[in-house]
Amino acid sequence: MTSTAATAPVPKERRYDLVGFLEKYGVLLFLVLLIVLFASQNPRFISMRNISNILTEVSIYGIIAVGMTCVILTGGVDLAVGSLLAFSAMCAASVVVMLGDTFPLSWLAALVIACLVGTAAGYLHGKTITKLNVPPFIVTLGGMTIWRGATLILNDGGPISGFDEGFRWWGRGDVLGIPVPVIAFALVSAAGYITLRYSRYGRAIYAVGGNPEAARLSGLDVKRIVVSVYVVVGLLAGLSGFLLAARLGSAEAVAGISYELRVIAAVVIGGTSLFGGLGGVGGTIIGSILLGVLLNGLVMLNVSAYYQQVVIGVIIVIAVAFDTYAKSRRSGKH
Amino acid sequence: MTTDHLLRARGIRKSFPGVKALDGVQLDVVAGEVHALLGENGAGKSTLLKILAGAQPADEGTIEFEGRALSPADTPMLRQRTGIVTIYQEFNLLPALSVAENMYIGREPLRNGLIHWSRLYEDAGKVIRDLGIDLDPRDEVRSLSVAKQQMVEIAKAMTVKARLIVMDEPTAALSGREVDQLLDIIRDLKSRGLGIIYVSHKLNEVKAICDRFTVFRDGRYVTTGAVADATVNDLVRHMVGREVVGVKRHPSGVVGEVVLKVEGVSRLKAVSGTSATALSDMSVHVHAGEIVGFAGLVGAGRTEMARVIFGADPCDSGTVRVLNKQVVLRSPRDGIDAGIVLVPEDRKQQGCFLSHSIRHNMTLPSLGRLSKMRWFVDEAAETRMIEEYRRKLSIKMSSDKVAIGTLSGGNQQKVLLARCMALNPKVLIVDEPTRGIDVGAKAEVHQVLFDMAAQGVAVIVISSELPEVMAVSDRIVTFMNGAITGSTPGSEATEEQLMNLMALGARRPEAEMALAA
Repeated sequence: MTSTAATAPVPKERRYDLVGFLEKYGVLLFLVLLIVLFASQNPRFISMRNISNILTEVSIYGIIAVGMTCVILTGGVDLAVGSLLAFSAMCAASVVVMLGDTFPLSWLAALVIACLVGTAAGYLHGKTITKLNVPPFIVTLGGMTIWRGATLILNDGGPISGFDEGFRWWGRGDVLGIPVPVIAFALVSAAGYITLRYSRYGRAIYAVGGNPEAARLSGLDVKRIVVSVYVVVGLLAGLSGFLLAARLGSAEAVAGISYELRVIAAVVIGGTSLFGGLGGVGGTIIGSILLGVLLNGLVMLNVSAYYQQVVIGVIIVIAVAFDTYAKSRRSGKH
Repeated sequence: MTTDHLLRARGIRKSFPGVKALDGVQLDVVAGEVHALLGENGAGKSTLLKILAGAQPADEGTIEFEGRALSPADTPMLRQRTGIVTIYQEFNLLPALSVAENMYIGREPLRNGLIHWSRLYEDAGKVIRDLGIDLDPRDEVRSLSVAKQQMVEIAKAMTVKARLIVMDEPTAALSGREVDQLLDIIRDLKSRGLGIIYVSHKLNEVKAICDRFTVFRDGRYVTTGAVADATVNDLVRHMVGREVVGVKRHPSGVVGEVVLKVEGVSRLKAVSGTSATALSDMSVHVHAGEIVGFAGLVGAGRTEMARVIFGADPCDSGTVRVLNKQVVLRSPRDGIDAGIVLVPEDRKQQGCFLSHSIRHNMTLPSLGRLSKMRWFVDEAAETRMIEEYRRKLSIKMSSDKVAIGTLSGGNQQKVLLARCMALNPKVLIVDEPTRGIDVGAKAEVHQVLFDMAAQGVAVIVISSELPEVMAVSDRIVTFMNGAITGSTPGSEATEEQLMNLMALGARRPEAEMALAA
């Protein structure tokens, strides 16, 4: 029988596919390149202490980035995570101070409060998006200013400090030499990766982002899934707020300013498409680390903070432009 | 009809990464002829059209238009100005602008550097009247029916003084009278000396309107001939390379109890954001093992009715009963839980997750069954299911991990069918199951529907192709303007009778209920 319609493209010529290779490993390669570059300029860059610093820094926004990956996969975005980080930390700190020095498990109270606040705010975002049909960009943009305002109101713009050892261990302590925040990041990343890759919920997230109408016609509760990803990222923002407060020893009103850009950059550099439906946690982890390496390395090279902004911006644009090019080259030829 | 060679393409080759789309094809068109370009999906027709339009350069080959060689570096704009205009299946219109603006986009008449609006509407009106079509130059394109939008595309082609018009599946979204109107316009264009390349899967139309045909298969040129000298079977044989027997429904006679009973469905307002038809007092019954065809013109309310039955859209009143138990349908989830599944009308927009794998596409609604501990996906069970349906439906795929967007239309449709079949439905609704699918795959899809019915599933087939509805259905329910006008046994139905019911008849639903006894 003669073959009928040509289906998936079967490689007939074995030409070296540079673009495809770069698409898969480009970011990783770039990361390695940066590490080599920075290390060569300043050997202290790859000292244990500095690596530990970098990873701890990365963990704080990396945890949020895992949640942001889910949000962006559904075709949405959450601009409020930085403000939410600060607000949940400030709430937690207020409660801890209220409970007083004699309260034994202040860290537990702080953790629970921070996560609850983040979850509740995330739920609010999600419901506003799905019930009122306001675009996520707008809702979370509003959230960004609202939660920042609430943070300032809570303590008149000032920080709250005075946490006990038990609390501060969560930001400064370590287990077998690995900083606690890094362990938290590893656990959250693992959970995120496994969920997106192997669970029904993960498949549902990709479906909603890939084609919301087709997802609905396949029987998925699209609204519930959308709300859930904002809840998740809110929860993780709360968790990060807790860890950051523990690390700094205080809840700052200015904590997390412009973190949302950093988080989104990490996700996007890692290969997740802003249009939804494509990407994953693996890329986000690499993107987060790359951002951390970049920021730390530039500081080590004594590059001014202003230039850092420019560098980050340029890298984001290049990363997305390349990703878009690689994708368009591969699909849509039929 | 003169014998000047309008277009002469020779030795066209085009490859994409990993695929040889065209392998030395040729095409000749003379002025004043309608030339059919035939071939299955994946044969290379679209690629050649894009090359002619200037959207893609060929790797090798020559194209001569009116005796002059065309440069591969031409832009689409340049090709248009040269006189080659392409009308794509999904139109290239700007919905928010008026007919006149669309016709003259980028070439609006100016006065002192600003658009001369009265001239614009006047010029547009002249072209429209000259073509003899019924359009108001000031109408917003998005308010027009699909058929009218197509007229806008043709009028647009006339404003650039096209001498070769390429039409890609021009009647895919048209029905009945609209098709006739289009064919009349094409005959008119023909008489003015234009050449037309007509790409279509509808071979009876090709027989009706085209003078010559050229066939591609797997990127290669097969043959050219006069349409008058070939039968539809001949054309199919050239396209496919083998005999294809169209399947015809032989009612098994074994029809069971009433599985689906829909009564009194009405919806006065249209669903927001769509141009959906309002529905009035619609009732339908389907038995186990029965295939009911929904016939009607575009906009008659068939898809709207199907979506209400499935739970995709709400209605103001009406009841749906499955196996005599009433079901409340607030969402597609409710429909699926009740045993009703729907393969949507537009597989690209509403069915497929184009950039996701075949695996994801096929198993999504079934993951509840294919799970470990209700949270994780059981990939081994998934693989087994995919393999089962790959065999059952003869789906051509190299691996289930490739994106479904790389499959041909026919195979995509099969994946969507598999997705629905895997849910073991009691009621299967397929909306335009073979739109844009080649002849070979079409017969396979029909056979799948017959097999489903043989297993006792109640099947509803919605199609705008009357021959398809007649070939496939046990009983044909006709729709018109949001109401049901009749129910005719497949064995008794004639095309004329059905057309009457679809276009003129306004019989009450009593006819439907009388036959349900």
